[in-house]
Formats: sequence, structure tokens, C-alpha cells
Amino acid sequence: MSKKYVMGNGAIALGALSAGVKLVSGYPGTPSSEIIETVAKYPREGVYLEWSVNEKAAMEVAAAAAYCGARAMVTMKQVGLNVASDPLMSLAYVGVKGGMVVVSADDPGPISSQTEQDTRRFAEFARIPVFDPSSPEEAFEMVQDAFECSEKYQTPVILRPTTRVDHAYASIEAPDFFKAADCEGFVKDSKKWVIFPRLSFVNHAKIEKRNIEIGEEFSSYRFNTVTGSSRKAVVATGVSYAYAKEFLKDHPDVRLIRVGTPYPLPESFLLRALEGVTEVLCFEELSPYIEESLLKLIGRHRLNIEVRGKLTGDVPSSGENDSDSARRIISAFLGLGASDSGVSADGAPQPPARPPVLCAGCPHRASFYAVKTAMKGKKAYFCGDIGCYTLGNAMPLDMVDTCLCMGAGITMAQGFNHIDKDAVAFSFTGDSTFFASGITGVVNAVYNDADMIVCVLDNSTTAMTGHQPHPGTGKNLMATPVERISIEKILLAVGVKKVVTVDPLDLDASVAAVRECAGLKGVKAIIFKSPCIALERSNKKMRVDSERCVGCMRCIKGIGCPALSVSDGKAIIDENLCTGCGLCSKLCPVGAIGGVSK
Amino acid sequence: MNKDIMICGVGGQGTVLASRIIASAAMNEGNAVHSAETIGMAQRGGPVTSHVRIGESAFSPLIPIGGADLLIAFEPSEAVRNLRYLKKDGFLIVNTVPVKPTSLSGGADYDGKAEIEFLKSKCDCLAVDSVELCAPFGSSKFFNVAVLGTAAGTGKLGLDKETLRNEIIRIVPERFTQMNLAAFEAGYNKALKIGENENANK
Repeated sequence: MSKKYVMGNGAIALGALSAGVKLVSGYPGTPSSEIIETVAKYPREGVYLEWSVNEKAAMEVAAAAAYCGARAMVTMKQVGLNVASDPLMSLAYVGVKGGMVVVSADDPGPISSQTEQDTRRFAEFARIPVFDPSSPEEAFEMVQDAFECSEKYQTPVILRPTTRVDHAYASIEAPDFFKAADCEGFVKDSKKWVIFPRLSFVNHAKIEKRNIEIGEEFSSYRFNTVTGSSRKAVVATGVSYAYAKEFLKDHPDVRLIRVGTPYPLPESFLLRALEGVTEVLCFEELSPYIEESLLKLIGRHRLNIEVRGKLTGDVPSSGENDSDSARRIISAFLGLGASDSGVSADGAPQPPARPPVLCAGCPHRASFYAVKTAMKGKKAYFCGDIGCYTLGNAMPLDMVDTCLCMGAGITMAQGFNHIDKDAVAFSFTGDSTFFASGITGVVNAVYNDADMIVCVLDNSTTAMTGHQPHPGTGKNLMATPVERISIEKILLAVGVKKVVTVDPLDLDASVAAVRECAGLKGVKAIIFKSPCIALERSNKKMRVDSERCVGCMRCIKGIGCPALSVSDGKAIIDENLCTGCGLCSKLCPVGAIGGVSK
Repeated sequence: MNKDIMICGVGGQGTVLASRIIASAAMNEGNAVHSAETIGMAQRGGPVTSHVRIGESAFSPLIPIGGADLLIAFEPSEAVRNLRYLKKDGFLIVNTVPVKPTSLSGGADYDGKAEIEFLKSKCDCLAVDSVELCAPFGSSKFFNVAVLGTAAGTGKLGLDKETLRNEIIRIVPERFTQMNLAAFEAGYNKALKIGENENANK
């Protein structure tokens, strides 16, 4: 045993390993990605680990392990649960034998996500239990409890951390070596493992009855707690509990109720905790889940308690909570005076806006610029996708017209093409996204005779989430070299007639490839292949010859590279940021930008 | 010890490494530590913050407004953006070198000078020029470790110099260890030198 200073995601990994997990699968997605990466880091025996091709695959791989009696964990971000919801909804009816924990990380804010959806709702929708940790320490314990609960009730169980738990650091006392627990293996029983309407009918009734039992068991769970005894109570869940607890440490008399298991609702616990309460504030993030649960509970028991929260406008309906909003909102509820504020920035110059941008030297910038150049003056739609390259939407590139969800770029480009034949329809999809959910979209395009250009931005990694390997990289998590799956061969195999691979930093060749494809009918594909700049060390950089620079700003207005800025009316390059990709030099009309070695 | 330290800057400046070194050094000195940092989409050139909370009184990972004992700002306008987190009697260490915004609209004239003047008028503040400080190391990328030296030199970090050095050795990749230790030392001496000058002026 030793103390380890780890992220919440690391704590979840250590908790699962401590519980004897035998299989962990998942797909990267902020804020969940570091769970699997941490499992991969620790010495262990008998634990199978994989980055699956997408969340649905990950869920199914883990389900089979749990059918065998092994403890299995599957990790994803909240929108990944949408992808995996098909197997999960059925799995909830079928059940498991070994413990199975589904980690679905929510992202209030949202800080790095498409939606502010609430996994607690998903748990209720699927009728399966959910644990909601408020800190890394708690997540470490809860994941182990979740395995116990899963095995006891033979159901998948969700652990729902949020960004501030996933990415918070704390020290965890855990073993230094882990061994997977043995399992019995798969015992065939088609009445149990094959889902049919009759089985679903029978199991549905059992599940509803069982959930009442689980709610009762949760009523004595150690992470459902109450402190203080005031008539005005605060109910908090997840990390919001930590904010509330910290603010209320100077007001120990205030009743603070923590719900660590939102579903099935620990009703007996809550009825006890609410005895003598006249007014309750629900301090939670994302949806008013506990608030609505309490309204139902209070209504059913005809209690005279006023419930406040998101539905009454006391807590904002979107965005994340923090220490400060806890202080503001709980103070207002309790009628406390305002407390100290920090150093005032009143009268200071307004800080500049800093939207996230593609890194200096990012090959995606060059790919977008090539397509933009080739399509200048022509009508075209640019369908983006999920990844770093969504940032191609920013000015001055302005090359992402739509972004919906993983893989949607390829299929949406087809829809645009079917409605508007005058425009050239493009999709931009990263390599990892292509494998996750792009391939069926290309098949759909070929099958349904769409006219479109599939652009694969292949930087040989899953960059946005921290450079995880994928099927095209020749690496997997069991550290065995594996066959690289060729994107080009896939495209050819499904019937794409024209497939071109170009280096996006070769601007002329890239522009020519786009022009050629735009003149052809049917589905065409261009693979823009160049490695992620964060993984390739560069010894080059570019420099502006200020004598020659005429200050036309074509470089800055054309590509918006963060290494380029203006000084005394001339372009300058920040040599700390520049990677020497040379794209800016190709825009310079007077040849003022040249390469030098670092 | 109870101490809340906030680090702010622009994605890519290396604030995460700085906060990890502080956090693990504090833990190795026997403190309870909680910390939080910006990860993901926002890291790509956007404003970033790290919260390091040392001591038993912090339950949550985020420092409340007016709660930071020390604010280490890697950039002048980011110091202004996060100033409200600094306690009224807190201490600010700020890099005077601006990171110009990449958006084309506005900010072209931004040079950080007005911000530094404002910050000096508002709080107890130590301004450091990262380019000058890191010149011997060939890259401002070493500022994240150099400024830890400065913070240690002012005594405001509340952590032992040796503990911090050991964490740098443990955490940074081996081929950069010597350079980082030298940067740390340069930052430390910078703080001592400024302290001496101030005493001489008193």
C-alpha cells in the first residue's frame, strides 16, 4: 500500500483495480479519458484492457466479460453513453453475473462537451442504480461499492462522476500491485442471456420490485448523510456537495443532506433526513434531478415542505456550480449577509477574448486552408465533426458549417447534397472519429449515390482527448504491435471510386486534389495525412524578414495561426510557438517569411 | 498549513506542470492537498486556471472568489481576469510578457503594460519578465518552473525549497531536469534580489 496523488479518474481506476476488475474497455472522451490510461499505468496481472472503437463496442465487450462472471468496467463521457445506450438499455433487462460498472462522466458547464445531459436521468431511464461521488476519495470507494451492488443485484451499475471530480486531484491510499479476481466463465443458458419479449416482460417486473429494495439498502448507505438540524435544509449531490459543505463549515447548525445514490432514490433516508424541515434548497448541477425526485416524494407523503432549486430559479438551470455560487445561492436561501470578496478588477482594461484555436503548426489548419482555397468563389457546404478540427470553425478559416455528433459530418454532407445539387458537399472527419462512427456513413453515401467529398484529417492519433491510439495507429493498450488498419483500403473496399492521399502541408498538391475531386461525380475521398504537431518535435521555425514585410497581413488574415501577430504594422512570429510548418510563407506575396533551424 | 494557490495563464504555457509540482511537494510535506486544472478543448490557447488547495479545511477542488492566498499569473490580462480570486491581503506574482490574443478582432494593441500598472496599484504584487528570466535557457517554456522558484524565493508558497527541487527532479522528463533546476534557481534568486532591492529602498 502507498499514498498516490492522483486525479479523480485515477482514483476510479485504482478503485476498480482494488475491486479485482478483469476487463476494462472504453472510448476516449473528456472528462473520462484518464481512467483507462491510469489502469494501463499500474502493475497488474490478469487485467485485459482496451480502447474500443467506440462506446457501443466497449459496452458490449464489457457485458460479455460480466456474463462470464468477471468484474468488468466500461468508461466513456456522457455523450458516449448515447452511443452505448442501445446495448445498455437491453443489458439492464438481461442483467449480469460478474459486477459491471458503467462509468459515464458528465460535464457541467459544459467545459468540453456538446451537451449538458445528466447521466442520473439515464440511470433512471434504464432502471439501473447510479452512484454520484463528490470527490476523488469518494469515487475510489464508490466504484468498489458499485461492483458489490452490481453483483448482488445482478445488474449493470452506473458511476457518474463530473468534470470537477474526474479532474480534481487527491491522495489515495491503494495497493501497489493488482490481480484480477478469477471468474467462473460463461455458463450457457439461453433463457437468461438471449433477450426476447417474454423475458423482458418478466424481468421488467422483477427490476421494478428490486429497485425498491435497492432504494431501501441505499437508505443506510454511508454516502447518504445528514448533518445539522435547522428547519431550512440544503440537499446537495456530486461535487456540489463539496462546495456546500465547505461553505457551511462555518454554519454547522444548517442541515446539509448529501445524496450519494440518486437512483433508486433512498426514500426512507430522505424522509428521516427531512423530518422537521419546512424548506429545502436542492443544490445540484445539470438537471433538477433530486429536486424533482423530492417533489414526487414530498407529494406522495403529503409533507408540507417547500422545495427550491432550479425549477424555482434559485439555482441556475445551466452551467456548473462552484465554491462561489455555493456561497451566493446558499447565503441567499438562508438569509445570510454577503461575505468577503476578492481584489476588485473594476477599472482594469477588459481582458482580451481567447477562444480556443488550432495549435500553431497543426496540419488541420493546412487541410482547411487548401479546401478553402480550392473552393473560393464556389458554393460549398463544410460538415465538421467531433475533435480538435471542430476548431476549424474559427475565423479566419471559417471552414466548419455544421458539427452535430461523432460521425455526423459524413452523413450530413449527404443530406445537404440531396437537397442542394448546386453546392459541393464536404465532410471533415478525424482518423479516430472515422473508425468510431464514420465508416457506415461512407457506405451510406456510396449506396445512396451521394455526390460528396469525404475529407479524412489523419493525424495518426486521437488528439483532442490526449493522444490515445486507435485502429489506424498499429498500437493497442495491451502493448502488442497490431496490424494498422488502412483508411484508404477501407474507403476503396466500400466502393469509393476516387481516393487521394496528400500531405496537407504541400499546399499546391492539396489544392489540386480538392479541385480534381470537386469535378467528379459520386463519393470521393481525400486523406490529408500529417502527424499531430503535439507529437512530432520540430527543429524548424519560420521568421519574418521585417525589411521585406509590407504589412499586408495576408498571412494573419488567411490562416489565423496563434504564432502570428502584428508588431509595428508588420507580421511577427512567436518562435516559442512556431513549428516551422511553413504554411504562412506560402501566403506571403513578397517572400518575406523564410525557414530557419532552431 | 492551510493555503489556497491559484495559477492562471493561457493554454500551452505549462501551468498544469507548475500546479502538479506544487501539489505533490505540499503532499510530500505531509499536507492534505486537493487540486483542479483545465483540461480538454479549453487548453487549446484559451484561458486556463489551476487551483491548488493545501490543508484540511478545503473540501472542494475550486478556490472561492477572494480565497486565494497566492495568485501566480503567467500573463498580465489573465491576472486581471482572475484577480477577484485573490484575497484582499493576498500576494500576486505576474509575468509582464503578454500573450496576444489570436482572434483578429481587437486586442492588436494589447501589450500588457496598462494591466501591470493596474495590478501594482491594486495588490501586493511581484512582476517578473519571463523573457528576461528565461533568456539563459533559450525558451520561455521554462517559465513555469522558473516562476515556482520565484514563488519559493518570496516565501509565499510556504513550501521548502528542497522539496520543490525534488519534485521537479521526479516529475519533469529526465533530459530536461538540469535545465529546469537551473530555471528554478534563477527564479529563486530573482525573488531574493528583488527582496534585497526593496529592503534597500525602505
